[in-house]
Amino acid sequence: MKFLKVLVVILVFVSCTKNEIEVFEKVNINFSHNWDGAAVAKSDFNTLKFTNANGEKLSIVRFRYLISNITLTNSENIKTVIKSRQLIDLGEEVGLSLTSETEMPQGTYKLSFTFGLNDADNLDGVYQDLNSVSFNVPTMLGGGYHFMQFDGKFNGTNTLVNNFNYHVIRAVNRADPTNLIFQDTSFEVDLGEIIIRNSDVIEIKMDISEWFKNPSLWDLNTLNSMLMPNFDAQVLMSANGKSVFSLGAVTP
Amino acid sequence: MLFSCSKESKEESYVSVLAPLQIPTLFKNLLIAPIIPSNNPQTQEGITLGKKLFFEKELSADNSQSCATCHDPKTAFSDKRRFSDGIDGVFGNRNSMPLFNLAWNFDEKFFWDGRSIGVERQALQPVINPIEMHNTWKQVVATLQSKAAYPELFYKAFGTREIDSILVAKALAQFERTLISSNSKFDQYLEGKVQLSASELNGFNLFMDETKGDCFHCHGSDKNPLWTDNKFHNNGLDALSIDIGLAKVTGDPSDNGKFKSPSLRNLAFTGPYMHDGRFSTLEEVINHYSEGLKASPTIDPLMKKVSLGGVQLTPEEKADLKAFLLSLTDLEFVGNPAFQEQ
Repeated sequence: MKFLKVLVVILVFVSCTKNEIEVFEKVNINFSHNWDGAAVAKSDFNTLKFTNANGEKLSIVRFRYLISNITLTNSENIKTVIKSRQLIDLGEEVGLSLTSETEMPQGTYKLSFTFGLNDADNLDGVYQDLNSVSFNVPTMLGGGYHFMQFDGKFNGTNTLVNNFNYHVIRAVNRADPTNLIFQDTSFEVDLGEIIIRNSDVIEIKMDISEWFKNPSLWDLNTLNSMLMPNFDAQVLMSANGKSVFSLGAVTP
Repeated sequence: MLFSCSKESKEESYVSVLAPLQIPTLFKNLLIAPIIPSNNPQTQEGITLGKKLFFEKELSADNSQSCATCHDPKTAFSDKRRFSDGIDGVFGNRNSMPLFNLAWNFDEKFFWDGRSIGVERQALQPVINPIEMHNTWKQVVATLQSKAAYPELFYKAFGTREIDSILVAKALAQFERTLISSNSKFDQYLEGKVQLSASELNGFNLFMDETKGDCFHCHGSDKNPLWTDNKFHNNGLDALSIDIGLAKVTGDPSDNGKFKSPSLRNLAFTGPYMHDGRFSTLEEVINHYSEGLKASPTIDPLMKKVSLGGVQLTPEEKADLKAFLLSLTDLEFVGNPAFQEQ
C-alpha cells in the first residue's frame, strides 16, 4: 500500500512537470526583401537603381506576391498550417509580417510554404480578400489568382525606358482556347529548421534579383510584358523563383 | 440605445433604428465586407437626415447649391459638365466624380487624388471650398440650427439637437453609403439571369485579355464587380502633367499624373471622362488606350505598347469593348426613388 502511494505521488509529479514545460505560443514571421543582399523597401521604388544579371537597369513600381499553406512540421512529421494565405505588397507595405492563426508548442520545426497557390487551392474567385485587391487571373487563362505581380521599368537595348510586367501565374497553354492545358507552376519552399521559443520573430528573405538569373538568365528586352498567357515564360519564372527565398535572422 | 451618453441623456432618449447596408449578393459572395466606421453606424434616421442634407441648398453660402448640384442622381451622382462651377461662378479643374459603392473603397481614399481619408472627411470639404459652396461651417451650423426641422432630425439620428459639422458629415456619409449600384445587365449576366450579346461578350474578353485591352489589372473584373481597383495610376494622358494629381497630396514626384481609377459602372451617365473630363465620348476614351498613350516618367507600367501609342484595337474590337462597357449600366440605380430629391 505504501508503495502504491509513492507511485501515485511520482506519477502526479511527472505529469504536472510535463504540463508546466509545454508552452504554446503564436508564431511571428517578418518578410524582408533584398537585391543581391542590399535591402529593398518601398522607398527604393520608382528609380532605375537595380541592375539585373542580364545588365538591364530597372525600377520597381509595384511588387506583390502570394504565399500559401505556411506550414510547421514537427519532429514527428506532423504538419500544422499556421496561415493559409499571405499576400505581401511591398509597395503598399501590407502583409510584411504575420502572426500565426494557431498557437504552437515551443520546439523545433521545419518551416515551409507554397509560392502562389497549388492547383487544389487555386480556385477561381473563391477568396474574397484576393478578389477585393484585384489579384485574379482571367477565366480565359483558367482563372484563379496571380502568384506575383511585379511591375516596373527598365533601360532596354532600344535606349528607351520601357515597361515590364513580370506576372507569375499557373502556366497555361491556350493554343486551343477550348482545351486549356495547365501546368502547376506554384512551388514548395522549404526553409529548413527553426526553433519556436519566446515569441521570437522569424525572418523570411526574398532576393528579388534571383527572379532574373537562376537558372535562366532573364532578358527583359525579349520577355517584358504579356507574360500571363506565355506558357514557356511561366515555366521559366517558376524555375527562377525557387532560389529567391531563404531563412533570415531570428530575433527576440 | 445608440447615444445613451449624449448630452440629451437626461431627456427621454430616442432610439434610432439600425439600418445595415443591403449588400448585393454578388458583392457578398465576391468581396470583403464594406467599410462602415464603428463611430458612425448606419441608421434609418441618419440616412434620412443625410439624404435631406445632400439636397440642401442652404449648405452653400448663397443658398444656391447642394451636393446634388454637382452630383446629380440622374447621372449616377456625377456632373454632365466637364467642370462644375461653384456659387461664385468659378470653375474647378476636375470632373465631378460619380458616387456609388463608396463603402467598398477599401483604402478609403476619396477624390481623384485621394486627399480625403474616409467618406466623412470627404463630405466636409465642398462646403468650405471657395470655388464650390464657399461657405463656413460656422454659418452652415447656424443656418441648420435655426431651421425648425433640423434639430429634431439630428436628435433622432445622433441623440443631440446641437448640430455641428461632424454630425453633418456623418449623416451625409450614411446616405452616400446607401448609394449602391449592382444591377447592371452584366451583373444580371453573372447571376445567370440574362445573356450578353456576341458583341458584349467579345468586348468582355478584350477587356480581360492581357494581349488586347488588358483593362482588368486596374478596373476590376467579373470577380471584382466594383470595376475599379480604387488605386492611383498615371494612364498616359500627358507627357507632362500640369495637374500632378496624387503627387500634390504625397509630395512624391513619382506620383506625378496619378489619379484614382474610376469605376466603369454607369459610363452611360458619367461622361465626360477622365479626371479633367477631357474626353466627351467613350470612343475617345477607347481611342486613348488604343493609340493615344503618351510616355512619361511616371506612366504606369501596366500601360501596354506605349511606344505604339497603345494596345492597337481594330474598329470592330473598339465597338465590342464599348458594348461591353455599356453593359455595366445600372438603370435601376439612376432611377431609384430612394436616391431622388423628394
